[in-house]
Amino acid sequence: MIQDMWNALLHQPNTQWVVLSTMLLGIASGVLGSFALLKKQSLIGDAVAHAALPGICIAYLLIGEKQLLVLLLGATATGLLATYLIQLITTTTRIKKDAAICLILSVFFGTGIVLLSKITQQAGGNKSGLDHFIFGQAAAMTRNDVYTMAGAAGGLILIAFLLFKEWKLLIFDPDFAKNSGLPVGLLETLFSTLLVITVVIGIQAVGVILMAALLIIPTISARYWTDRLGWMVVIAGSIGACSGIVGALISTISTGLATGPLIVVTAAGCFIVSFTIGPKRGLIQKLMAHRVRLKEESI
Amino acid sequence: MEALNVKDLQVAYDRKAVLDQVELSIPKGSLTAIVGPNGAGKSTLIKAILGMLKRSSGQISILGKPYSPKNRNVGYVPQRGSVDWDFPTNALDVILMGRYGHIGWFKRPSKQDIALAKEALHKLGMADYADRQIRQLSGGQQQRVFLARALVQDAEVYFMDEPFVGVDAKTEKAIIDLLRELKQKGKTVIVVHHDLQTVPEYFDHTLLLNRTVIANGPTEQVFTEDLLQKTYGGALAFFSTNGDKRVMS
Ligand SMILES: Nc1ncnc2c1ncn2[C@@H]1O[C@H](COP(=O)(O)OP(=O)(O)OP(=O)(O)O)[C@@H](O)[C@H]1O
Ligand SMILES: [Mg+2]
Repeated sequence: MIQDMWNALLHQPNTQWVVLSTMLLGIASGVLGSFALLKKQSLIGDAVAHAALPGICIAYLLIGEKQLLVLLLGATATGLLATYLIQLITTTTRIKKDAAICLILSVFFGTGIVLLSKITQQAGGNKSGLDHFIFGQAAAMTRNDVYTMAGAAGGLILIAFLLFKEWKLLIFDPDFAKNSGLPVGLLETLFSTLLVITVVIGIQAVGVILMAALLIIPTISARYWTDRLGWMVVIAGSIGACSGIVGALISTISTGLATGPLIVVTAAGCFIVSFTIGPKRGLIQKLMAHRVRLKEESI
Repeated sequence: MEALNVKDLQVAYDRKAVLDQVELSIPKGSLTAIVGPNGAGKSTLIKAILGMLKRSSGQISILGKPYSPKNRNVGYVPQRGSVDWDFPTNALDVILMGRYGHIGWFKRPSKQDIALAKEALHKLGMADYADRQIRQLSGGQQQRVFLARALVQDAEVYFMDEPFVGVDAKTEKAIIDLLRELKQKGKTVIVVHHDLQTVPEYFDHTLLLNRTVIANGPTEQVFTEDLLQKTYGGALAFFSTNGDKRVMS
């Protein structure tokens, strides 16, 4: 199988493009996911991913064909609507944030599934390929889809690189950020929008159900290796990239396997390794520290 | 000249006024204490002045000009509990955040910024802790990191929310020396302070606050039994030691 993977990677331009774009997606998810985790917005990412489904279906019903950019616009619209509604519910009612997220996520996703079943029942609907958005199918992406995703992911990575210092301060200490003259409101809105875009461009390859995992797993794995945000972002990006590459490769050479689950399983493997041997409060490091303490106490 | 002038300030949370009709001015070059019971609105006052909270009404001027963070003449030390200490960052990096207002968009801190941050660490006796993740600092050390961060902001007027809380006598001495040094350089330092015993010793100007200004002026005029009782709603016990008046809350 490794042989097949190498062959595909070396000789099939299509595969090369798919792998390159899922790699960029993995990096963008790791990077934006790191900021989202520290901002305690990871779950919002999950809600946005699920809420993207009805947007995709509505866009498809409106234009009657599968044009990725239009579908993604629909996904962005309902994704943003979901974040807005979550905010509205938490600020104007007694409902807590976790319950609000759960509510919006399931209502939007349920609506999406209803619309999707309707589309697949229509004549020719089952050829729409929309069901790939559930678990992701990188191999089903056209060359244009791949360019769109790679371009957007590259743009996200660039913006995160440029705004690294501003976002760091904004998340660590928003009051101090304001005192330093940063446009806090603008930066917040920009971050939320880019987080939504990250999720939306990823759903074709990873799927709405598992996209949030690509935001979260590389990020929490990276935390076991470093106490510095800069390195955390780099490591999370690398783990995201590896997961993207491996997931996309396996799913393209073995037809039929959905990409999303493969990417997430790979990322989960990285998490287990990080959790076990990571030098910052990883399992082994903790056990060793505990033994040193016991020894010191017995002396 | 006045370092701070506040006119007709009102702040409300959920339509309930927390601060009302606040009028005050604080002279340039003073070391000012803001004193009042828990919930009096001390933190709210600072945040409203610095635009971190919405004001229902009020004009704020700093050194004769309307306050704007872009003037970069105001430094800020938040209450210690206000940030996530598990954040992946170390002491030096937090101090460097004080330079972000000066560095400008997209750029990274320069060698000079890093040198300034290291100097501030050194000044606060924290030179050995530059690389520590901030959770692994003691409470007093965390407080000193916040102070160092404000120092490198290189401001004219400083607002500090309870910088003395949870620090030992040695750190308290280090902090007050630092504040006095700032005053000597002509800076204005405005501090929320809870320990009434040390107010007359540390501060030359005092603002008594409880939902509105109870009194504001030179410490020797304002820090009287009468006015303090009024501020704390008569919940203070007074006693004398060695002839001078001491207060306990
Ligand atoms: N975010 C908020 N929402 C609603 N009410 C608030 C909020 N923050 C503060 N308050 C209320 O405003 C009042 C003033 O609070 P503030 O934190 O300014 O007091 P303080 O004088 O700094 O108290 P402390 O000495 O405990 O720090 C309190 O009654 C508090 O309950
Ligand atoms: Mg307070």
